[in-house]
Amino acid sequence: MTGLLVLALYVGAFFGSFFIAKRVFKSAFEKKGFNRLKTVTFGDESAVTANRVASIVSIITVFWLWVAFTNSVIPLPKMPGPFSGDTSFTYTVQLEDGTTDEAKVSVRVYREDIQQTVDENGEPGREPAAIEIEPGEGFAKNDTLTIARYAFKVVNVWKNDEVSKKEGSKIITINGQPIEPGGEIKTDDGTIRLTEKGTPTFEPAKGLRMARLYLPAPEVVLQRFIWLNKEGYQGYTLFEHTRYSLQRVLLGFFFGALIGIPIGYAMGLTGWARGWFDPIVEFMRPIPPLALIPLIIIWFGIGEIGKVVLLFLAALWIMIIAARSGVSGVAISKVHAAYSLGASKWQILSKVIVPNSLPDIFTGARVAMGVCWGTVVAAELVAANVGLGKMIVTASKFQLTDIIIVGIIVIGVIGFAIEVGMRKLETWLIPWKGKV
Amino acid sequence: MSGLLINDISMRFDLPNGGHVQALKNVTLDIKSGELMSVLGPSGCGKTTLLNIVAGFLAPTEGTIELNGHVETGPSSERGMVFQQGALFEWMNVRDNVSFGPDMKGVSRSESKEKVEHLLEVVGLQDFKEKAIYELSGGMQQRVALARCLANDPDVILMDEPLGALDALTREKMQSLVLDLWKDTGKTIILITHSVEEALLLGERLLVMAPRPGRVHKEYRLPFAGLGVGNDLREVKKHKDYAGTREEILEMIWSMEEEIMGRTEESA
Repeated sequence: MTGLLVLALYVGAFFGSFFIAKRVFKSAFEKKGFNRLKTVTFGDESAVTANRVASIVSIITVFWLWVAFTNSVIPLPKMPGPFSGDTSFTYTVQLEDGTTDEAKVSVRVYREDIQQTVDENGEPGREPAAIEIEPGEGFAKNDTLTIARYAFKVVNVWKNDEVSKKEGSKIITINGQPIEPGGEIKTDDGTIRLTEKGTPTFEPAKGLRMARLYLPAPEVVLQRFIWLNKEGYQGYTLFEHTRYSLQRVLLGFFFGALIGIPIGYAMGLTGWARGWFDPIVEFMRPIPPLALIPLIIIWFGIGEIGKVVLLFLAALWIMIIAARSGVSGVAISKVHAAYSLGASKWQILSKVIVPNSLPDIFTGARVAMGVCWGTVVAAELVAANVGLGKMIVTASKFQLTDIIIVGIIVIGVIGFAIEVGMRKLETWLIPWKGKV
Repeated sequence: MSGLLINDISMRFDLPNGGHVQALKNVTLDIKSGELMSVLGPSGCGKTTLLNIVAGFLAPTEGTIELNGHVETGPSSERGMVFQQGALFEWMNVRDNVSFGPDMKGVSRSESKEKVEHLLEVVGLQDFKEKAIYELSGGMQQRVALARCLANDPDVILMDEPLGALDALTREKMQSLVLDLWKDTGKTIILITHSVEEALLLGERLLVMAPRPGRVHKEYRLPFAGLGVGNDLREVKKHKDYAGTREEILEMIWSMEEEIMGRTEESA
């Protein structure tokens, strides 16, 4: 249900912000440059440029939804939160002979993540003490309950009463409203239910926000990010986890390219090499690198060598195919031109085929880097001592969702940075790509 | 003996279905050093095959190619080639493209510099030598291809529809350039074209080829190339024989094309 609400708000934000932005930021919706002179632009893809106001509002929307549906301290409009603090309800017990007595249950609801908070003395937070109460008059005595938000507890009201369920006493009203076993009474602060056997339970009101376990607030994630850089997790700081993962990717990719590119060239240039490697490449290429992890662990263990070998295998086939298609992409007229200009076979290779195949090799390298990055994280999820994947999988075992989210954000940012970096490198090294 | 001898060349391609195509049959041509010959013919007459054989990219099933008395069996820098789409190396700038031939032979840059600069000037690209290939227009790219070929100082220049991809105006300018280069360098040039006008203007000798099997149909000796050197080509077109020869050749090629069409329809 909450999910549908998030979706509705997101779709609403998409259209709502469009109509608002169209009035407020008129200039962002004007056609720019030459497009200004075009009378019809719908269907003309070249006239579509990303509206930067939309990009900014899009990021703000995601951030706002994150704040609105978590117990964040950031002052933005938020969804109703879970009940926290003290409340109470009364119950009436009726004995077999029809006599009744009323008692009160005082409930103290505390933050579910109290142990992960830090007080002003730097001490971790503790579960608060129960409310002090008077037992009260009659055979039913007052009770206390201490419960975390989002939790659910049975209230053993008979524990201190002078009667017990065995003697036939039963609860007939909650807060003065009649109730049967299996029934429930809702208040603003929570829900009181009677089990099938007639024992009351209490569940504090949850509101619409997510518990820290499911989705920590942005500032919690930020604090965790700082903490991970300073203190580290599982013996390594966030930077070290990231460095290990990146190092594995770069090494695996490096060896994959080092071996793969010459094999690809050989396959593009000689029939023997093509015949020799074709079956291997065609067989290995469709195997997802992740499927090799178990074998790699058996052969190499969970250390660095196994990881590098796995990433080498992830990059190898991609680089072979890229280099091979780079060779087959050389126009025969260029090769002929070079021959009739007096080039030797070696010069044909080094001066014509290699430079001509660079665009293909770069496309392959970009794909291979992306695949390697995805594979290293997955490999670390399965088994590793250190690395971003290892960090998030260990955090998940201890339900440290904030570390998981920090890890996911770092993985995403680095994957994005690799892609952008490769694109920049490509336009710098191969300026002729796509222009011939 | 100096010159290019195409000695009784035949070319037969085997087809996968067991049949074969006779692309060329008994083609014999004696091309003197410094001759400019244009080759014309309907599609499928084997003119590109002939050029590839002369360049050394294909071995004929019968016959030989002799250059200055030597039998040639593979490509070499004595027979330069200019392709329709330039076939330039876009990872090199204009100057590096032009000096590719000397570079391959191990001639030092300082030695080849003068020649490269001169050739760039001849083709009118002296201000573009640092430019990348993709920054040039189609006409300029063909100028680079010409200069690149000339930088190697080949005996024979083979041109495979070198101006075919250019617009009409650029094409006319390039035709004048080819004529001027021919006169200045004295190279033997074989030029394949689809355009009758181009064949007339750029052919001291004009060869009309016929298809199935590819063979020499008729040969002309024409005055227009000589007249065109250094002159306005539009003036050449006003020559009294020009229009008549053009009509004659067009008629010839049209009838060949129609014959092919008829034959394919019959066989189909």
